[in-house]
Amino acid sequence: MTYSLSSFLMVSSLLFCLGLFTVLTRRNAIRVLMGIELVLNAGALNFVAFSRFLEAPEGAPLISGQVFALFVIAIAAAEAAAVIAIVLSLYSMLKTVDIEQYQQLHG
Amino acid sequence: MKTIIFNVFVLMAIIPSLWVALSSNIVHAAFSLLFTLFGIAGLFVLLGADFVGVVQVIIYIGGIMVLIIFGVMMTQGARLSPLSVNLPGRLLAAGLTGIILAVLMVAATHFLWPVGSAPPPPTPASQAIGNLLLGKYLIPFEVASLLLLAALVGAVLIVRHSVRSDLSPSVFIIRRKQRGE
Repeated sequence: MTYSLSSFLMVSSLLFCLGLFTVLTRRNAIRVLMGIELVLNAGALNFVAFSRFLEAPEGAPLISGQVFALFVIAIAAAEAAAVIAIVLSLYSMLKTVDIEQYQQLHG
Repeated sequence: MKTIIFNVFVLMAIIPSLWVALSSNIVHAAFSLLFTLFGIAGLFVLLGADFVGVVQVIIYIGGIMVLIIFGVMMTQGARLSPLSVNLPGRLLAAGLTGIILAVLMVAATHFLWPVGSAPPPPTPASQAIGNLLLGKYLIPFEVASLLLLAALVGAVLIVRHSVRSDLSPSVFIIRRKQRGE
Protein backbone atom coordinates (compact mmCIF):
# COMPACT_ATOMS: atom_id res chain seq x y z
CA MET A 1 0.00 0.00 0.00
CA THR A 2 1.13 3.51 -0.64
CA TYR A 3 1.51 6.19 1.98
CA SER A 4 -1.72 8.09 1.45
CA LEU A 5 -4.91 9.05 3.25
CA SER A 6 -6.89 6.23 1.64
CA SER A 7 -4.49 3.57 2.89
CA PHE A 8 -4.65 4.92 6.41
CA LEU A 9 -8.45 4.96 6.25
CA MET A 10 -8.46 1.37 4.97
CA VAL A 11 -6.19 0.23 7.78
CA SER A 12 -8.29 1.94 10.41
CA SER A 13 -11.57 0.61 9.01
CA LEU A 14 -10.11 -2.90 9.06
CA LEU A 15 -9.06 -2.43 12.68
CA PHE A 16 -12.50 -1.03 13.52
CA CYS A 17 -14.28 -4.01 11.98
CA LEU A 18 -12.03 -6.55 13.71
CA GLY A 19 -12.73 -4.83 17.03
CA LEU A 20 -16.45 -4.74 16.32
CA PHE A 21 -16.42 -8.45 15.45
CA THR A 22 -14.63 -9.18 18.73
CA VAL A 23 -17.17 -7.17 20.71
CA LEU A 24 -20.10 -8.86 18.98
CA THR A 25 -18.97 -12.46 19.21
CA ARG A 26 -16.95 -12.94 22.39
CA ARG A 27 -18.52 -13.83 25.71
CA ASN A 28 -15.53 -13.13 27.94
CA ALA A 29 -15.81 -9.60 29.33
CA ILE A 30 -12.04 -8.98 29.16
CA ARG A 31 -12.04 -10.06 25.52
CA VAL A 32 -14.84 -7.59 24.79
CA LEU A 33 -12.69 -4.89 26.41
CA MET A 34 -9.87 -5.77 23.99
CA GLY A 35 -12.27 -5.32 21.08
CA ILE A 36 -13.28 -1.90 22.41
CA GLU A 37 -9.60 -0.92 22.61
CA LEU A 38 -9.18 -1.86 18.95
CA VAL A 39 -12.18 0.27 17.98
CA LEU A 40 -10.89 3.28 19.95
CA ASN A 41 -7.45 2.92 18.40
CA ALA A 42 -8.93 2.87 14.93
CA GLY A 43 -10.73 6.13 15.73
CA ALA A 44 -7.56 7.76 17.02
CA LEU A 45 -5.69 6.66 13.89
CA ASN A 46 -8.39 8.27 11.76
CA PHE A 47 -8.08 11.55 13.66
CA VAL A 48 -4.32 11.70 13.21
CA ALA A 49 -4.45 10.68 9.55
CA PHE A 50 -7.02 13.37 8.73
CA SER A 51 -5.03 16.00 10.59
CA ARG A 52 -1.95 15.06 8.55
CA PHE A 53 -3.47 14.92 5.08
CA LEU A 54 -6.46 17.24 4.90
CA GLU A 55 -6.13 20.73 3.55
CA ALA A 56 -5.52 23.23 6.30
CA PRO A 57 -7.66 26.41 6.40
CA GLU A 58 -4.90 28.95 6.15
CA GLY A 59 -1.91 26.86 5.24
CA ALA A 60 -0.92 26.20 8.82
CA PRO A 61 -0.44 22.55 9.82
CA LEU A 62 -3.44 20.99 11.52
CA ILE A 63 -2.67 19.77 15.02
CA SER A 64 -6.25 19.46 16.28
CA GLY A 65 -6.47 15.83 15.18
CA GLN A 66 -3.51 14.95 17.35
CA VAL A 67 -5.17 16.69 20.32
CA PHE A 68 -8.32 14.63 19.73
CA ALA A 69 -6.24 11.46 19.56
CA LEU A 70 -4.88 12.37 22.98
CA PHE A 71 -8.43 12.78 24.28
CA VAL A 72 -9.32 9.37 22.84
CA ILE A 73 -6.36 7.81 24.64
CA ALA A 74 -7.34 9.49 27.93
CA ILE A 75 -10.92 8.27 27.64
CA ALA A 76 -9.68 4.76 26.78
CA ALA A 77 -7.59 4.76 29.96
CA ALA A 78 -10.54 5.82 32.11
CA GLU A 79 -12.81 3.29 30.42
CA ALA A 80 -10.34 0.42 30.85
CA ALA A 81 -9.90 1.17 34.55
CA ALA A 82 -13.66 1.30 35.14
CA VAL A 83 -14.31 -1.86 33.10
CA ILE A 84 -11.62 -3.87 34.87
CA ALA A 85 -12.96 -2.72 38.25
CA ILE A 86 -16.51 -3.73 37.36
CA VAL A 87 -15.42 -7.07 35.90
CA LEU A 88 -13.30 -7.97 38.92
CA SER A 89 -16.12 -6.99 41.24
CA LEU A 90 -18.62 -9.10 39.30
CA TYR A 91 -16.12 -11.95 39.20
CA SER A 92 -15.75 -11.93 42.96
CA MET A 93 -19.54 -12.05 43.30
CA LEU A 94 -20.54 -14.49 40.56
CA LYS A 95 -17.27 -16.37 39.85
CA THR A 96 -17.65 -15.89 36.12
CA VAL A 97 -16.65 -13.43 33.42
CA ASP A 98 -19.23 -14.65 30.92
CA ILE A 99 -21.28 -11.60 30.00
CA GLU A 100 -24.32 -13.76 29.28
CA GLN A 101 -24.39 -14.83 32.94
CA TYR A 102 -24.67 -11.25 34.15
CA GLN A 103 -28.45 -11.18 34.34
CA GLN A 104 -29.06 -9.68 37.77
CA LEU A 105 -30.99 -6.73 36.36
CA HIS A 106 -33.68 -8.93 34.83
CA GLY A 107 -36.85 -7.89 36.62
CA MET B 1 11.52 3.89 1.86
CA LYS B 2 8.55 5.51 3.55
CA THR B 3 6.25 3.06 1.79
CA ILE B 4 8.25 0.09 3.07
CA ILE B 5 8.17 1.37 6.66
CA PHE B 6 4.45 2.12 6.30
CA ASN B 7 3.74 -1.41 5.10
CA VAL B 8 5.77 -2.91 7.91
CA PHE B 9 3.78 -0.97 10.51
CA VAL B 10 0.50 -1.81 8.78
CA LEU B 11 1.28 -5.52 8.86
CA MET B 12 2.38 -5.16 12.47
CA ALA B 13 -0.99 -3.61 13.30
CA ILE B 14 -3.29 -5.82 11.21
CA ILE B 15 -1.96 -9.36 11.64
CA PRO B 16 -2.00 -9.38 15.48
CA SER B 17 -5.42 -7.74 15.49
CA LEU B 18 -6.71 -10.64 13.38
CA TRP B 19 -5.36 -12.82 16.15
CA VAL B 20 -7.15 -10.69 18.76
CA ALA B 21 -10.43 -11.19 16.95
CA LEU B 22 -10.08 -14.87 16.07
CA SER B 23 -7.80 -16.59 18.58
CA SER B 24 -9.37 -18.94 21.08
CA ASN B 25 -6.69 -18.31 23.71
CA ILE B 26 -7.21 -15.11 25.66
CA VAL B 27 -3.56 -14.80 26.73
CA HIS B 28 -2.46 -14.97 23.09
CA ALA B 29 -5.09 -12.35 22.28
CA ALA B 30 -3.78 -10.05 25.01
CA PHE B 31 -0.20 -10.24 23.77
CA SER B 32 -1.32 -9.83 20.15
CA LEU B 33 -3.10 -6.65 21.20
CA LEU B 34 0.27 -5.46 22.54
CA PHE B 35 1.83 -5.80 19.06
CA THR B 36 -1.15 -4.12 17.43
CA LEU B 37 -0.76 -1.14 19.74
CA PHE B 38 2.96 -0.95 18.90
CA GLY B 39 2.13 -0.99 15.20
CA ILE B 40 -0.40 1.83 15.61
CA ALA B 41 2.14 3.84 17.62
CA GLY B 42 4.53 3.41 14.68
CA LEU B 43 1.84 4.65 12.30
CA PHE B 44 1.33 7.71 14.53
CA VAL B 45 5.04 8.50 14.40
CA LEU B 46 5.03 8.00 10.63
CA LEU B 47 2.20 10.53 10.37
CA GLY B 48 4.32 13.14 12.13
CA ALA B 49 2.48 12.76 15.43
CA ASP B 50 5.51 11.92 17.53
CA PHE B 51 3.96 13.02 20.81
CA VAL B 52 0.81 10.97 20.26
CA GLY B 53 2.93 7.94 19.36
CA VAL B 54 4.95 8.18 22.56
CA VAL B 55 1.80 8.75 24.62
CA GLN B 56 0.29 5.68 22.96
CA VAL B 57 3.28 3.58 24.00
CA ILE B 58 3.31 4.93 27.55
CA ILE B 59 -0.42 4.87 28.31
CA TYR B 60 -1.69 1.98 26.20
CA ILE B 61 1.22 -0.40 26.50
CA GLY B 62 2.40 0.71 29.93
CA GLY B 63 -1.02 1.17 31.48
CA ILE B 64 -3.99 -0.31 29.70
CA MET B 65 -2.25 -3.48 28.53
CA VAL B 66 -0.97 -4.12 32.04
CA LEU B 67 -4.52 -3.70 33.33
CA ILE B 68 -5.88 -6.10 30.70
CA ILE B 69 -3.24 -8.76 31.36
CA PHE B 70 -3.89 -8.31 35.08
CA GLY B 71 -7.60 -8.83 34.45
CA VAL B 72 -6.87 -11.95 32.39
CA MET B 73 -4.72 -13.32 35.21
CA MET B 74 -7.25 -12.51 37.94
CA THR B 75 -10.09 -14.25 36.11
CA GLN B 76 -8.28 -17.42 35.07
CA GLY B 77 -10.29 -19.55 37.47
CA ALA B 78 -13.56 -18.55 35.86
CA ARG B 79 -16.11 -21.24 35.19
CA LEU B 80 -15.57 -22.70 31.74
CA SER B 81 -18.18 -21.55 29.28
CA PRO B 82 -18.29 -21.29 25.49
CA LEU B 83 -15.71 -18.79 24.27
CA SER B 84 -17.96 -17.06 21.81
CA VAL B 85 -21.62 -16.86 20.90
CA ASN B 86 -23.24 -19.70 18.97
CA LEU B 87 -22.71 -20.24 15.25
CA PRO B 88 -25.75 -18.30 13.91
CA GLY B 89 -24.75 -15.38 16.12
CA ARG B 90 -21.20 -15.50 14.80
CA LEU B 91 -22.39 -15.66 11.19
CA LEU B 92 -24.72 -12.72 11.80
CA ALA B 93 -21.89 -10.73 13.37
CA ALA B 94 -19.56 -11.62 10.50
CA GLY B 95 -22.15 -10.53 7.94
CA LEU B 96 -22.85 -7.26 9.73
CA THR B 97 -19.16 -6.52 10.15
CA GLY B 98 -18.51 -7.41 6.53
CA ILE B 99 -21.18 -4.98 5.33
CA ILE B 100 -19.77 -2.20 7.52
CA LEU B 101 -16.24 -2.98 6.29
CA ALA B 102 -17.34 -2.86 2.65
CA VAL B 103 -19.06 0.52 3.14
CA LEU B 104 -16.03 1.93 4.96
CA MET B 105 -13.62 0.65 2.30
CA VAL B 106 -15.67 2.21 -0.50
CA ALA B 107 -15.84 5.47 1.44
CA ALA B 108 -12.08 5.40 2.07
CA THR B 109 -11.10 4.75 -1.52
CA HIS B 110 -13.76 6.47 -3.62
CA PHE B 111 -14.66 9.59 -1.70
CA LEU B 112 -12.75 12.65 -2.86
CA TRP B 113 -11.20 13.88 0.36
CA PRO B 114 -10.03 17.49 0.17
CA VAL B 115 -6.40 16.46 0.39
CA GLY B 116 -4.34 19.57 0.17
CA SER B 117 -0.65 20.26 0.14
CA ALA B 118 -0.67 20.67 3.89
CA PRO B 119 2.76 21.38 5.31
CA PRO B 120 4.02 18.59 7.55
CA PRO B 121 3.33 19.22 11.23
CA PRO B 122 6.22 20.57 13.29
CA THR B 123 8.30 17.58 14.28
CA PRO B 124 8.35 18.08 18.04
CA ALA B 125 4.58 18.58 18.03
CA SER B 126 4.39 18.89 21.81
CA GLN B 127 4.61 22.69 21.84
CA ALA B 128 1.72 23.13 19.41
CA ILE B 129 -0.31 20.47 21.22
CA GLY B 130 0.29 22.17 24.56
CA ASN B 131 -0.78 25.53 23.17
CA LEU B 132 -3.98 24.01 21.80
CA LEU B 133 -4.73 22.04 24.97
CA LEU B 134 -4.45 25.08 27.22
CA GLY B 135 -5.98 27.48 24.71
CA LYS B 136 -8.58 26.37 22.22
CA TYR B 137 -9.38 23.05 23.89
CA LEU B 138 -9.16 24.14 27.52
CA ILE B 139 -12.69 23.06 28.46
CA PRO B 140 -12.42 19.55 26.93
CA PHE B 141 -9.06 19.24 28.66
CA GLU B 142 -10.57 20.05 32.05
CA VAL B 143 -13.53 17.77 31.40
CA ALA B 144 -11.12 14.96 30.54
CA SER B 145 -9.23 15.51 33.79
CA LEU B 146 -12.51 15.43 35.71
CA LEU B 147 -13.47 12.23 33.88
CA LEU B 148 -10.16 10.61 34.80
CA LEU B 149 -10.63 11.59 38.44
CA ALA B 150 -14.18 10.20 38.45
CA ALA B 151 -13.01 6.94 36.84
CA LEU B 152 -10.20 6.62 39.37
CA VAL B 153 -12.44 7.18 42.39
CA GLY B 154 -15.21 5.01 40.93
CA ALA B 155 -12.88 2.11 40.15
CA VAL B 156 -11.39 2.19 43.65
CA LEU B 157 -14.84 2.37 45.23
CA ILE B 158 -16.27 -0.54 43.21
CA VAL B 159 -13.35 -2.88 43.82
CA ARG B 160 -12.89 -1.92 47.48
CA HIS B 161 -16.52 -2.63 48.29
CA SER B 162 -16.51 -6.05 46.64
CA VAL B 163 -13.18 -7.09 48.14
CA ARG B 164 -14.25 -6.03 51.62
CA SER B 165 -17.51 -7.95 51.42
CA ASP B 166 -15.59 -10.91 50.03
CA LEU B 167 -12.90 -11.01 52.67
CA SER B 168 -14.55 -9.62 55.75
CA PRO B 169 -15.38 -12.87 57.63
CA SER B 170 -11.85 -14.26 57.41
CA VAL B 171 -10.38 -10.87 58.28
CA PHE B 172 -12.53 -10.65 61.40
CA ILE B 173 -11.63 -14.18 62.43
CA ILE B 174 -7.92 -13.40 62.09
CA ARG B 175 -8.33 -10.21 64.13
CA ARG B 176 -10.23 -12.09 66.85
CA LYS B 177 -7.48 -14.68 67.01
CA GLN B 178 -4.87 -11.94 67.30
CA ARG B 179 -6.78 -10.43 70.20
CA GLY B 180 -6.98 -13.85 71.84
CA GLU B 181 -10.77 -14.09 71.87
